[in-house]
Amino acid sequence: MSTTAYALRDSTTMLRRYLLRARRYPMIMFLIGIPVVMLLLFVYVFGGTLGDGIAAGGGRAAYANYVTPGILLLAIASAPQLTAIGVAQDMTEGIIARFRTMAIFRPSVLTGHVLGNLVQLVVALAVVVGVAVAVGFRPNATPVEWVAAAGLLTLVSFACVWFGVACGLTARTVESASNLPMPLILLPFLGSGFVPTDSMPDAVGWVAEYQPFTPVMETVRGLLLGTGIGNSAWLAVAWSVAITVGCFYWARARYNRDGVR
Amino acid sequence: MPTPANAIEVTGLRKAYGDKTVLAGIDLRVPTGTIFSLLGPNGAGKTTAVNIMSTLLRPDAGEIRIAGHDPASDPDAVRAAIGLTGQFSAVDNYLTGAENLALMADLNHLDRREGRRRIADLLARFELTEAAAKPATTYSGGMKRRLDLAMTLVGNPRVVFLDEPTTGLDPRSRRTMWDSIRGLVASGVTIFLTTQYLEEADQLADRVALLDHGRIIAEGTPAELKRLIPGGHIRLRFAGPAELESAAGVFGTSTRDDDALTLQVPSDGGVRSLREVLDRLDGAAVEIAELTVHTPDLDDVFLTLTGRPDTAATLEGASNR
Repeated sequence: MSTTAYALRDSTTMLRRYLLRARRYPMIMFLIGIPVVMLLLFVYVFGGTLGDGIAAGGGRAAYANYVTPGILLLAIASAPQLTAIGVAQDMTEGIIARFRTMAIFRPSVLTGHVLGNLVQLVVALAVVVGVAVAVGFRPNATPVEWVAAAGLLTLVSFACVWFGVACGLTARTVESASNLPMPLILLPFLGSGFVPTDSMPDAVGWVAEYQPFTPVMETVRGLLLGTGIGNSAWLAVAWSVAITVGCFYWARARYNRDGVR
Repeated sequence: MPTPANAIEVTGLRKAYGDKTVLAGIDLRVPTGTIFSLLGPNGAGKTTAVNIMSTLLRPDAGEIRIAGHDPASDPDAVRAAIGLTGQFSAVDNYLTGAENLALMADLNHLDRREGRRRIADLLARFELTEAAAKPATTYSGGMKRRLDLAMTLVGNPRVVFLDEPTTGLDPRSRRTMWDSIRGLVASGVTIFLTTQYLEEADQLADRVALLDHGRIIAEGTPAELKRLIPGGHIRLRFAGPAELESAAGVFGTSTRDDDALTLQVPSDGGVRSLREVLDRLDGAAVEIAELTVHTPDLDDVFLTLTGRPDTAATLEGASNR
């Protein structure tokens, strides 16, 4: 019987393995902790001044609304680091040789990491949204808009998790695996996450306008707060799909290399 | 599918990394239900050989059949038939012993009841029942190796590869491991064992192959290999120089050590030659203080063979009889 027939079963087993590990060593606290601290910092420390720049006299309340999509993307951008560490740990330890010499669906080791990280990240995002509401985030979205926003955030999360998997497979050590995806955390700042891109100098503004996270943040903002979306939605989906596909093939090439690391 | 006579058949196996040859064409035959040991120093190519046979690496050349299957054309059939306990711990440290075994049961696609039964069985057999609910990080080296082997056995493999299974273990854990390995063979499993401990190969293996620099320099049963080299002797120690002097006169061919007051008389270690030595000493009325019989062990074989590189060819001939 071909091992492909076991794709679903083996992937579920590996997901269960991931969640068992996650329950014992809750890395999710890191996924929730950093964005929440940043959220509190930006709303309560910088928010009063920055909010006035977003909308005249808007103050802290306006900024809580503006910054929340940026904070959500910050949470998503920090996830690949955990993914990469987990994957690199598996690849540098003896257990990968065991998995590779069993008659199982070969990519199930990776699908377990992808699904596990995705579940963890979606839960973290829900918690961060809850905290944001508690500090003054006031979305005016319809249920359909909520579903669309959640769908887009999941899609971007999926892309970022695959990026983390590829980094984890590329790194030779666990330490370098944790460093490789780190620059991603800068993207929400170098985009429309914390201040509008048109307030930046030309060159920086150009980068901010055309990097992948900006259309995502603009779309989420539009869906939840009713600001203009324009062509951001399509750009956001296109970026997510492109990153997912690119990182999938990158990860697959690294994983199938002949050789035991 | 009928069980093939040889669980492992390897012909002309070669592997090189760049211009560094790791395996320079090795042949192996391991009859089903026996323990075969590949013995060699670090860097001899043992792990590479295991990695190729267990589908982790592709060979550059060579014909391989594991339990009748070809790793090149049907790796999954090979994987379904084998179990590997590698040199590096292959347990998930974050999971408990029982969870690790349950993971293996799921990946072997056992149904729940069968899986639970097998897990309880293995925990008891490897004396891990008490530690079953503790994370593997808290396990000692010996416990981790036992869990590792137990995980390998969840899928009931017909061929088990053990790559240096006792490296780094204390003597007591090593003996426990040996007992487990012997128990496995009793149940009809074929075992391919690599080790750098000659005693381990001597204790466990039906046949031993000596691997050095990617070549098999000798192969046979431990007894056959020991016969390949002379090296057995009887060591006599005397109370004083006078006794040593008279004894040296009795035996023509012997190695004498005046400082230690000892004399080494060549012997095959058998009772007949021992009696002969004692009779001749009695005849000359020489008293001995101490007597030890030294039979050649695999250490001697290995040192003799690897110490002189030009012996490889002649000994390959000798092992082919």
